[in-house]
Parts: sequence; structure tokens; C-alpha cells
Amino acid sequence: MAFELPNLPYAHDALEPHIDARTMEIHHGKHHAGYTSKLNAAIEGTSMEGQSIEDICKNVGDNAAVRNNGGGYYNHCLFWEVMSPNGGGTPSGDLGDAINATFGSFDGFKDAFAKAAATRFGSGWAWLCVKDGGLEVCSTANQDNPLMSGVGCEGHPIL
Amino acid sequence: YKQHKDLNNTTMKFALFALFLGSANAWSANSGNSRRELLQQGAAFAAAVAAAPSIANGYAVPDLAYPFDGLEPSIDTPTMKIHHDKHHATYVGNLNKATEGKDEVPILDLMADALEAGPAIRNNGGGHYNHAFFWSEMAPPGEAEKTKPSAQLEELINKSFGSLDEMKAQFSARAAPGALFGSGWVWICVNQAGDELKLVGTPNQDNPLMKGVADEVMFPILGLDVWEHAYYLKYQNRRPEYVSAWFNVVNWDKVSENCAYVVENHAGVPF
Repeated sequence: MAFELPNLPYAHDALEPHIDARTMEIHHGKHHAGYTSKLNAAIEGTSMEGQSIEDICKNVGDNAAVRNNGGGYYNHCLFWEVMSPNGGGTPSGDLGDAINATFGSFDGFKDAFAKAAATRFGSGWAWLCVKDGGLEVCSTANQDNPLMSGVGCEGHPIL
Repeated sequence: YKQHKDLNNTTMKFALFALFLGSANAWSANSGNSRRELLQQGAAFAAAVAAAPSIANGYAVPDLAYPFDGLEPSIDTPTMKIHHDKHHATYVGNLNKATEGKDEVPILDLMADALEAGPAIRNNGGGHYNHAFFWSEMAPPGEAEKTKPSAQLEELINKSFGSLDEMKAQFSARAAPGALFGSGWVWICVNQAGDELKLVGTPNQDNPLMKGVADEVMFPILGLDVWEHAYYLKYQNRRPEYVSAWFNVVNWDKVSENCAYVVENHAGVPF
């Protein structure tokens, strides 16, 4: 079963003015699409075919094509999902409580996240992860993610 | 070394000013001093000041040898403006902050131990060197097409790759997103022994002059920036198209000069 490029949950221009429509078109339709097809090519005929993308990331070895394109596939799937034209505001409930407990306040979390993003040199991602029942912020290089062993905070990304 | 001249002027002015102050103080505090003593004190003071680490940091973005639209259509005008005036300038600004209070050395001299010096120097020093190198090896297509490898360079190319076309093919393959994933540079370098050319890819703003980056320290004679900021406005995800177009603005005369220099001096091209 090959991985498929997921549809965006909203129109290309839905995230304007924060992210422009043209960027969304190219980012989704070219970059994410490229990771999807290259991932499928890299796992074809191997034991990874049929695994979930999370398992592929968790077991990523030194196969660069799987690491880069599997990571790229997972990362962008999450990315589109965590954004919305109706987004913004502040988290509440368990997440809100956990953020306050870990970072002092939502602003404190945003500062930590912004710092992780600003200090990642070159290509990469900044993350908010659940780790051992708590929250952690980290950054990773290229299309790596913290599901991969030895990478970042080794937690489970939620943002 | 425009920035070094300015620095020396600044230091000299400061030293002369200090000498003046020193003289004035000594005069008012103790007008019985002999003239010789006064001059000696002043001179010693000025020498001490001149020898102190520079206060102003003088790394600067070099001016381009062509206008911003000079490399069209291979590299578009807005990219040249932003790449030179923003990205390269940021590396230089950060480098100056990171080296504040330290003796200023030519940027080449920061390369060998860049990894040891830490991320601020590695990333911003590397960024400054790499971009100064990049601007200098390109020329408008009308000029570039009249250039060609020197006999020395051609011999090394044929020995190392078989032919110039083969070198370009391997270079292009090495620069493809699948081969150099994320941000980085692709280089043609002269090896340590000085008898062969090597094709090397490096991540982020590293370069093969830095100990610990390539198999051995090597001396770049040609380099290509494959960070997205180098090509995204015009080419978006189509990096191979950018690489192919970039060959049209490579100044092979300059690459040949680089080659002659690094072979003769067993050192990197200085900036």
C-alpha cells in the first residue's frame, strides 16, 4: 500500500495572509508530493511497505532516501493538520494546563518555540512534543523528526 | 582588504588621540618632566593601544563586480539583491558580533579551526567565506561564455573527471536534492597533495577548508550555493534547473586563477 499525498484540509488561500496561496500550492503540490513519491519508491519491495509512517520514522536507519522522504512525508502531513484558517487563540484543557505547567504561560511556550525555530541553522523544523507524559520543545535538521531515535527530544510531535 | 585599511585608520586615530591625552595629562600633572620622558610615555601608551585587540570589527560584505541584474537569466535580480544584501550581510553582522574584542584575522584564517571555534564562527564565518567566494567566481553570461579553463586546470579536470562535461555532470548529480539534502554547498577542490580535483558536498555553511568537514582539508576552486535562498524565487523546488543555468555564469578564468593559487600556495583562496 503506497503512501498518498493527503489533501489539504482547506483551500490554498485559506491561510492568507500568514502563508500565501502560492507557497501553499508549491509546498503541498510539489515539495510534499515529491517526498510522497520518493518515499514510495524507497520502500517498494522492502519490509517497510505496509508499515505506518510513524513506524517507518521510529525505525529509520541509515537509508537516506527513507529518512529524508519518510520524514518529509510525516512532517508535512502533521504540518497541514495543525493549521487552520480558524486557528490562533490559545490552547485550553489538558494541553493548556500542560503548557502553563511546563513553560509558565502560553507566551513562555511561544518564546521557547520561537527560540528553537530561530536557532536551527539551515533547513529543519521546530517541534512541540509529548515526552514521558510531559511537554518538550526542540528542533531537528532537514526532514528529521523526534520520532527518529537519537533525534531532537525523542518525543512524539504534536505541533 | 578595504575593511583592514579602515580598521588600521581607526586604530591609528585612537592611538594618536591617546598619545595626545597622555601628553596633556603628563604636562599638567608634572610640568617638570623632560620632553624625552614625555615622548617615551606617549609612545609607549600609543604602542600599547595599537597592540590592543581591535574595537571595531571589520568583516564586510564585498561589493559585487557586476550589477544585481548582471547574472540574469541564470540568477534573477531580486535573488541577487536579497542574497547579497540580506543573507550575506547577516552572516557578516553575526560574525562581527561573534569576533568582537578578538584580534581580527582574514576570513580565510578562521576556516581551518571553524568547527572548534563553535557554531557562531562556523556558521557565520563559513557563510561569509562561502559567499565572498561565490560572488567572485561568477560573471555575466556574455563574459562568462568567453572564459575557459587554463591548461593547468584543464589537465587536472581531465585527470580527475575525464572531461569538463563529465565534471559538470558529476557536479550536477552531487548538487541534486537527493544527493545534497537540505541546505549546503557543492565544491570542486584541489586535494591536499595538490595533484587532483575532488568533488565535495558540505552541509549548511561548512566548507572543505574546515578541519573535520571533508575527508581531508581541501582547497575550493569552484563552489555552488544550493540553499533554497540561492534559487527559490525563480526556480522554487526545481533545483536541477538552477544548477544547469548556473554553469552559464561560471567564470572559468577566475576558477583557473583559483586553481593556480591553491596549487602554488597549498592554501585556500583568500578574501
